[in-house]
Amino acid sequence: MSENIMLPHPYKIIDIIPETEDVYTFRVETNAKVKSGQFFQVSIPKIGEAPISVSCMGENWIELTIRKVGKLTNEIFNLKPGDKIFMRGPYGNSFPIEEFKSKHLVVIAGGTGVAPVRSLLKYFYENPNEIKSLHFIAGFRDEKNILFKEDLKNFRTRFNTIYTLDRDKIEGFEVGLVTEHIKKIPFDSFEDYNVVIVGPHVMMHFAALECLKNGVNEEKIWVSFERRMSCGVGKCGHCKINEVYVCLEGPVFNYTKAKNLLD
Amino acid sequence: MSYCVSTKRMDEILKALQKDYKIYAPVRFEKRGRYSDTDLIRYAEINSIEDVVYDEKSHFSPKEVIYPITQALFYFTEDEYRESKVDDKKILIFARACDINGFRRLDTIFLKNGGVEDIYYKRLREKVKFILMECKEGWDSCFCVSMGSNKTDNYSLAVRFDGDNILVEVKDHEFINLFANEKEVEFTPQFVTSNPTKVNIPEIDSQELLEKIYNLEMWESYNSRCISCGACSAVCITCSCFNTLDIIYTENGRVGERRRVQTSCMHEDFTTMAGGWSFRKTAGERMRFRTLHKIYDYKLRFKEEHMCVGCGRCEERCPKLISFSSTINRLYDEVEKLKKGEVSRTREQASSTEEGK
Repeated sequence: MSENIMLPHPYKIIDIIPETEDVYTFRVETNAKVKSGQFFQVSIPKIGEAPISVSCMGENWIELTIRKVGKLTNEIFNLKPGDKIFMRGPYGNSFPIEEFKSKHLVVIAGGTGVAPVRSLLKYFYENPNEIKSLHFIAGFRDEKNILFKEDLKNFRTRFNTIYTLDRDKIEGFEVGLVTEHIKKIPFDSFEDYNVVIVGPHVMMHFAALECLKNGVNEEKIWVSFERRMSCGVGKCGHCKINEVYVCLEGPVFNYTKAKNLLD
Repeated sequence: MSYCVSTKRMDEILKALQKDYKIYAPVRFEKRGRYSDTDLIRYAEINSIEDVVYDEKSHFSPKEVIYPITQALFYFTEDEYRESKVDDKKILIFARACDINGFRRLDTIFLKNGGVEDIYYKRLREKVKFILMECKEGWDSCFCVSMGSNKTDNYSLAVRFDGDNILVEVKDHEFINLFANEKEVEFTPQFVTSNPTKVNIPEIDSQELLEKIYNLEMWESYNSRCISCGACSAVCITCSCFNTLDIIYTENGRVGERRRVQTSCMHEDFTTMAGGWSFRKTAGERMRFRTLHKIYDYKLRFKEEHMCVGCGRCEERCPKLISFSSTINRLYDEVEKLKKGEVSRTREQASSTEEGK
């Protein structure tokens, strides 16, 4: 009998870090080998299961940054350190970190879209010599929705950062959508580079168009898709777009492929 | 080897087989049809050869035998789980060629897609042997010939119901002894070679064409027509999508199970994520997705064949009388127009006309 891919396993929550009022980061004990951009099918027995991307990983732990937005996540927010959370995974492909090395990297993220790129940013924060430069544009709705404040502060010290809020004006933050700040990236001066865009569907669409407008080659753009999933392994059909299953061939896609995926 | 056996003798053979097999066939459920005084024909376990409805098309496909509408994946207590179990018996299914070919599509999704096998499907699928039921002429809504799924050699036994007798071809050596004393005859099952309904599958050979297809006005017409009930998927032998659902048994909520429940890409919430964002919001968009999946992108992914087998059940079950064969032909005509550079109305043109009114 082959391994049962649908069976989750219990893992201990070792820490819970509130990011905002309705977004918490759950640090979970696991020795799973996870790559930046991958996700787990996370569940609480008797409540349900959903795909959650990994926002950070270390030795024997991963972090899941979760917005309280539905039945399952509401229940996850009742958990305490020491409680068990059920997971299976990791699933999906990952950001091609090897390909990003020794080049310039531009990361454009919006809202909870910062979570899937956080481990990518942390990697280059810890290994700054492996990259020529890193430009990071992060956009949040308003002050109370800013995530990973400590990380954002650290990233400022080694990356070229533009942090922006849709409306609020506070110190250290620009005003406006991330798309409005893409023109500030000196794409002209890059001989070789990659661009990662993660965020809400509409934001990714317009951010990619804005990049193209600023002369970015579409092969240099990488996006990460978020879709409903019930299995994570190519069976349930929810994440299928055209002939592609986001759980299998994604969630990270090169824009040359992503632009052809028509929901 | 082929034999002619009486119905009575076939009944005895079935009884003998029941020691090792659960035997499923289309069965009549009187007065359980969709309209008053109509019967429902669907798959169920049989105890007698006389239970088999062989001269009418079953309203539901045999997929439920190995891919149940709802199925327990595992049971859990507080932090432990136990995988659900299945019966030890093997399974024999009376099925037509289109359905046997349909199972190959389900096999592709559950056993091959993504390179991992789904054990819940596999543990039932590997128990299954087919008894091919010969189709004499097919039915009005069938278009199996167009889909190339009218023939199969994937069966252990093949049967033709012939008055009081049944002609049986025995291909599987496991069953040969059961027929040792029967009268040998010349019989190989015949397959339908023409259907009254025919479809032309559009050849979609470029991304540019695909994008134009996405914007065709024809999909808009399903917005008002289709009620997103998912009946078409429920009866389809090849539809495999599911949700998982957790339920609790007791008031204290400590014991429960995770179920797999069949669903449909035609349902409004199929792509809805927590928070409410949906990728295919209208019935027309969902109809476009389902159509292209059945006759375009499944084949693009798995190369061998289209997903649809042309059983025509979706059309018969649709409460709004939407014909899938007509939808395919309508799309074919639109694609031909696009290829010839003729003007085809797009969604944008349709909506600007609406605004202009």
